[in-house]
Amino acid sequence: MPKLTIDEREIEAPGGITVLQACEMAGVEIPRFCYHERLSVAGNCRMCLVEMERAPKPIASCAMPVGDGMVIRTNTEKVQKARNGVMEFLLINHPLDCPICDQGGECDLQDQAMAYGYDRSRYQENKRAVSEKYMGPLIKTIMTRCIQCTRCVRLATEVCGVEDIGLVNRGEHAEITTLERAIDSELSGNLVDVCPVGALTSAPYQFAARPWELRKILSVDVMDAVGSNIRVDARGRQVMRVLPRVNEAINEEWIADKTRHACDGLGRQRLDRPFLRGADGKLAPASWEQAFQAIAGRLERLTGDKIAAIAGDLCDVESMFALKDLMTRLGSPNLECRQDGAKTGAGPRVSYLFNTTIAGIEEADAIWIVGANPRWEAPLVNARIRKRFLQTGMPVGVIGEAVDLTYETQYLGAGPESLAEIAEGKGAFAKILSDAERPMIIVGSGALARADGQALLAQCRAMAEALGVAGATAPEGWNGFNVLQRAASRVGGLDLGFLPGEGGRDLAGILDGCEQGAIELVWLLGADEIDMGRLGKTFVVYQGHHGDAGAHRADVILPGAAYTEKHGTYVNMEGRVQLGRMAAYPPGDAREDWTIARAFSEVIGQPLGYDNLGELRQRLVEHNPVFGEVDHVASAPWASFGEAGTISPEAFASPISNYYMTDPISRASETMAKCTEVFVLNGAGQATGTAG
Amino acid sequence: MRITSHRPAEAQDFAFSPENLEKAKGYIARYPEGRQASAVLWLLYLAQDQNGGWLSVPAVEYVAKLLDMSPIRVHEVVSFFTMFNTRPVGRHHIQVCRTTTCWLRGSDEITAACLDAAQVSGLGETSADGLFTVSQVECLGACCNAPMFQLNDRDYFEDLTPDSAKAVIEALRRGEAPKAGSQVGRVSSEAYAGSEAPKGSA
Repeated sequence: MPKLTIDEREIEAPGGITVLQACEMAGVEIPRFCYHERLSVAGNCRMCLVEMERAPKPIASCAMPVGDGMVIRTNTEKVQKARNGVMEFLLINHPLDCPICDQGGECDLQDQAMAYGYDRSRYQENKRAVSEKYMGPLIKTIMTRCIQCTRCVRLATEVCGVEDIGLVNRGEHAEITTLERAIDSELSGNLVDVCPVGALTSAPYQFAARPWELRKILSVDVMDAVGSNIRVDARGRQVMRVLPRVNEAINEEWIADKTRHACDGLGRQRLDRPFLRGADGKLAPASWEQAFQAIAGRLERLTGDKIAAIAGDLCDVESMFALKDLMTRLGSPNLECRQDGAKTGAGPRVSYLFNTTIAGIEEADAIWIVGANPRWEAPLVNARIRKRFLQTGMPVGVIGEAVDLTYETQYLGAGPESLAEIAEGKGAFAKILSDAERPMIIVGSGALARADGQALLAQCRAMAEALGVAGATAPEGWNGFNVLQRAASRVGGLDLGFLPGEGGRDLAGILDGCEQGAIELVWLLGADEIDMGRLGKTFVVYQGHHGDAGAHRADVILPGAAYTEKHGTYVNMEGRVQLGRMAAYPPGDAREDWTIARAFSEVIGQPLGYDNLGELRQRLVEHNPVFGEVDHVASAPWASFGEAGTISPEAFASPISNYYMTDPISRASETMAKCTEVFVLNGAGQATGTAG
Repeated sequence: MRITSHRPAEAQDFAFSPENLEKAKGYIARYPEGRQASAVLWLLYLAQDQNGGWLSVPAVEYVAKLLDMSPIRVHEVVSFFTMFNTRPVGRHHIQVCRTTTCWLRGSDEITAACLDAAQVSGLGETSADGLFTVSQVECLGACCNAPMFQLNDRDYFEDLTPDSAKAVIEALRRGEAPKAGSQVGRVSSEAYAGSEAPKGSA
């Protein structure tokens, strides 16, 4: 490892890193604009100049690799002067519109001008003005503020995988531009984050709040099963925006657009008081007492087998646990947390987890995707695959719908037939997989959420064993068998056993039962994705936060809390237990969900044995110790799972037809509606006459 | 109101003629496989030539497609180099060199003469009859024969005087093909009668 001296301190730095990184290791702050640790080095802003001994002039530390015996000085007069000069040049054409700029208060340029700039301008001439560009409904551009760091160009090209942004012209005329098309990427919101100035700002958040007015709560995202770490910024009762927070194991420092921008849906279509369907067939506001009495009155005459509960995709573990407890007290075995109709999940833990882990993708050398569209089902998993693809050019095979995943893929077929072919070892890709040292299989809900899901799962498992992906044939410590879950609540629900008990009905059974009258009361815990038309004459209790499909069908509505309004535990697709935190109180009479089940248990005289969240969580850990290991992935031991059976030749269909609207929150969001219009309905995101 | 500098795509399509396509393939073949993007400048020149001296948006995007590049990457290249014209030019594009040597030798007068003879209102503009565009460019590397201009990315007219520049333009207007090279008749950059010999100290 090279040894170098930074500000008279000798440090040892790993070879291959840059002087800027070495300075950071030594605890010396280097100002920068264009350098970003997750993007390629551009070296064009010149803000990171430092003095190097035996160099005739200051060097750009972001682009200079460390060498043995280097002597770096960052606090000399020369460096100070260089930074001053660069800052002055950057500000020549930068407008002084901080008071009306959304970046104000969290602007790199503002901060660094304070720290490293002159206190006055010597510039009398006109500033240049740059015309605005269209980047879609999520990004607002004020290009005059741009300092041409090209971070956005590199992010779009390298991380998002869409080459839509570029730097045209040169010199004083250089400008960042798009071809007047929306940035068609699920990660486009991150462009706003990497922009060090106010050139790219969040369009839905424009002029909404200032950073110092906001409470910043660290939480976890529920829009997909990735469990991205987020920071929820709230003002009063309103969630103003959602930002990513760094978690190298999951989302690095990106989040998907739905995670970031669906938050305006939290303020719309909310259920803020209980409702009861009256004799006239209309829902009317009611008190909690009336609502509980109505349910209790129904339950009196019912035996357990006539009651069912379905948990939705956004539920926290606590609420499912409380509801499960309640159902157990009522004697009902009809529990279901897989509202997509998947048959799999009741088996060992290894059969429903993303076992390789998301960070583990970076060790893979071949990936095979079956019945999944990771770009829409888990954009950050897709970003990891792309990252690995760019590093190694590893082969990626796809069976299922042919979609552009932003990296090169080999299309192997549409359905089970192609799967069987590879299982028999036919074709080039089977050889690629068996030759690969660390191959991965990613099975999505397109393959598992079918009637023959168990058989397909069994086939995938057999193949994983045969091809050395997982099990005894895989390298030590490697498990390349992965299920790509879509719902934030799913793994938690499966870990909890929110599944049909002995003799219980699964989703299809419950819906059949409802239609035939065998099920007389169904409790929907935020379940909106099922076919409400099949609920028949069943008495429907809907506990949730949005007036979506479930609430429309409900006979009793119990208003619950959305994910930003409760402390909750979520288990992501890797099996990582994470804690979401309350950022704002639920609106009106709405309550945290587990307390609703707890309060109702009191009404029917069968109180659940916990009075606060701590007690509930203790019981949760007793129920399954997995829930005690927060922020940790315990590798699940390989086991046998799946059941052989007949497989229908039907092609794998993607369960998501519109990435931007998959749950009650995003369906209520105006921003997501705009995205749907631009990216899904209009296709290519071409600017229309009314755009902008 | 939103203002943008993005050019809307022109209506007409663009595709290489068969012989240009052959040439383009030849250019691409000069580079290792997978490095076809290196041929972008060659292909853009070819496209500009075929398209009457300028690159329309469809032409740029055609080249991008041919080289499997993202259109924005090709737009970046086109906008970076001044040799690519993004607006239509006249049939004869006259590029007068204005860098030091030519300037010392009177490129300003040559420019004025060209504008006058071609009946072009200003630099970068095209004459009303669509025959001429006059623009100024940086050094074209013919300093020894300054002042000079370049015609249609190809022919150099060197050792100009305002009168000989006008004569070239008039000849072009008549549809003739004036002889390129030195307009005073010298071979490459040899000394010629009337040239000022370098004044040595000896």
